[in-house]
Amino acid sequence: MSDYLVKIEHERLSFFTPVGEVKALNDVNFHIKEGEVLGIVGESGSGKSVTAYSLMGLTAYPGKLMGGSLDFNGHHINDMTEKDFQKMRGNEVAIIFQDPMTSLNPVYTIGNQIREVLKLHTNKNKQEIQARAEELLTLVGINEPKKRLKQYPHELSGGMRQRVMIAIALACEPKLLIADEPTTALDVTIQAQILELMMELKEKLGMAIMMITHDLGVVASMCDHIAVMYAGHIVEYGETDDIFYNPKHEYTKGLIRSIPRMDSQTHERLIPIEGTPVDLLNPPKGCPFGSRCDNCMQICLREKAPVTYFGDVHYASCWMNQKAEMEGGAKE
Amino acid sequence: MSDKLLKVEHLCQYFPAGGFGKNKKYVQAVDDVSFFINKGETLGLVGESGCGKTTTGRTLLQLYQPTKGRIVYDGKVLFDSGNVPMMDENGNDIKERGDYVYGTRTAVDMKPYRREMQIVFQDPYASLDPRMTVGDIVGEAIDIHGLAANKQERYEKIQKLLQTVGLNSEHANRYPHEFSGGQRQRVGIARALAVDPKFIVCDEPISALDVSIQAQVVNMFEDLQNEMGLTYLFIAHDLSVVKHISNRIGVMYLGKLVELADSFELIFHNMHPYTRSLISAIPIADPKVARANKRIALQGDVPSPLNPPSGCRFRTRCPYATEQCAKEVPKWREVSKGHFVACHNLEKLN
Repeated sequence: MSDYLVKIEHERLSFFTPVGEVKALNDVNFHIKEGEVLGIVGESGSGKSVTAYSLMGLTAYPGKLMGGSLDFNGHHINDMTEKDFQKMRGNEVAIIFQDPMTSLNPVYTIGNQIREVLKLHTNKNKQEIQARAEELLTLVGINEPKKRLKQYPHELSGGMRQRVMIAIALACEPKLLIADEPTTALDVTIQAQILELMMELKEKLGMAIMMITHDLGVVASMCDHIAVMYAGHIVEYGETDDIFYNPKHEYTKGLIRSIPRMDSQTHERLIPIEGTPVDLLNPPKGCPFGSRCDNCMQICLREKAPVTYFGDVHYASCWMNQKAEMEGGAKE
Repeated sequence: MSDKLLKVEHLCQYFPAGGFGKNKKYVQAVDDVSFFINKGETLGLVGESGCGKTTTGRTLLQLYQPTKGRIVYDGKVLFDSGNVPMMDENGNDIKERGDYVYGTRTAVDMKPYRREMQIVFQDPYASLDPRMTVGDIVGEAIDIHGLAANKQERYEKIQKLLQTVGLNSEHANRYPHEFSGGQRQRVGIARALAVDPKFIVCDEPISALDVSIQAQVVNMFEDLQNEMGLTYLFIAHDLSVVKHISNRIGVMYLGKLVELADSFELIFHNMHPYTRSLISAIPIADPKVARANKRIALQGDVPSPLNPPSGCRFRTRCPYATEQCAKEVPKWREVSKGHFVACHNLEKLN
């Protein structure tokens, strides 16, 4: 089956730290079709970045893939060697990091860093590479590309640097662009520019985007599908409208309730999610969200909730759905 | 006594940035900012990074020595550089106000006022001393101001403060690294509350926290205000949170206030082109609204405050800029009750 560009099934990943095994990912499943935008939402430490990095073979020591299968564009990630990864990275999949200040090399010019990708992955000669580098900067909306190519990262503003990062990522027209909180470090007006640019380029180049963020506002406007992560689990997955208008997991519901609405006409008190995120060193036996959940039942603390499907794609793992189903069945 | 707790008039804060003699350069971090805060209200201050909102907050408390301007707290002049015009109740320039005369240079000893004016910092990881226990961090202010007669009283005070912000009393003996971000921010708030302040500058207190924790802290700020009658200056770049917590909101751009109004007025009936684009740029967590929302995209980046544009500072990115904008600095004027804007082209725009 090669309908899917990315297919991750039952991925488990742990970090073996001196104090014990940190189970960063527990049974993560999702897939991305070509040209699709998937948003992964979650708090810090929920495993959003780890998922993306493992797909590129960037899992840092002491992390280790413990099970499951990862497929990307015909590659089986599980048995790939570092050499295979090097061929794939930058060519078929590329990544934009959160902080454009630290992800560019300060001692090389912008041009140097863009040309490096092209040198490694294409057979173009020097003139062609130079032309392509200029073309890329124009593509991401940077004026005077010739001049910019000679500048160093510190001479550019944050928004510009993120544009350069996007240019580097798109150099070989990858099939998948992973954006790891691409706008968190930027101001809202610049964020709007960058998000618009990403959507524009997606239309033009037809790549798929995996958008990692903690900001529900960002995913609302640009994603086709959304995966909500909590403590290394995808607790809910579905189309954007399903997640926002018909959330089925208590965590998703709480998350949506807890953000203040810009367009509300009255002052309403926020309904926060009480408690603090779970400690992944000692994850709870049952539902990871159980201890913070308002509707927590006894079974939630004992056992992990099974997945319930609502329609073809939308699913959530929450005992509340099982309960609702059983009650519904009893009525019938 | 007026109900205005704090008045700021023509406040300027310039930082030296290289150069000698004539060529000495200054970053105009805050330039000619005037506003007031009523007792018991929350004034929100928003803007992009580098627009001077944090500097305004810190200058108010005189953590920096203001370059120019006047700060009046509860009817007492805390700082006056002596060379800026005075304002009457309606914001017009006057020469004399009660027994206070224009041209007097004043700078009072801030220590007694620090009891009434406190600050909560942005980064709960950097603003707590890692070598002090939470009890000592909170207790330090009590010691400095001599608020506890003996050890027992000090201990009880600390316990009560920790409970107020939702921490356990046993937390007093722990160190900051043992806490999560949200809990640390609570410690920072307990420290600010230790001296029974009336006015707190909240400098991006929730930006460093996770989404699910943000709502907890925002609610706590609201509860404390209701219980203790606190007045806040709430600084943040996230307009949706500021709108939620504030009675009035001021928008800053490159060291200047461009618009200030009641929060709902500012969100739904804003007038300044910068406020409009700022609001339209905020992602809305509602897919249908977000898809329908038309962004007013601004071109380019914020200019350097070392060399700000002449006239209106927003003109380089403003889609409506005219020649007049380059020549004259737009006047800070009240267009309707309590709604202040600084823009030349208001009539054309609205």
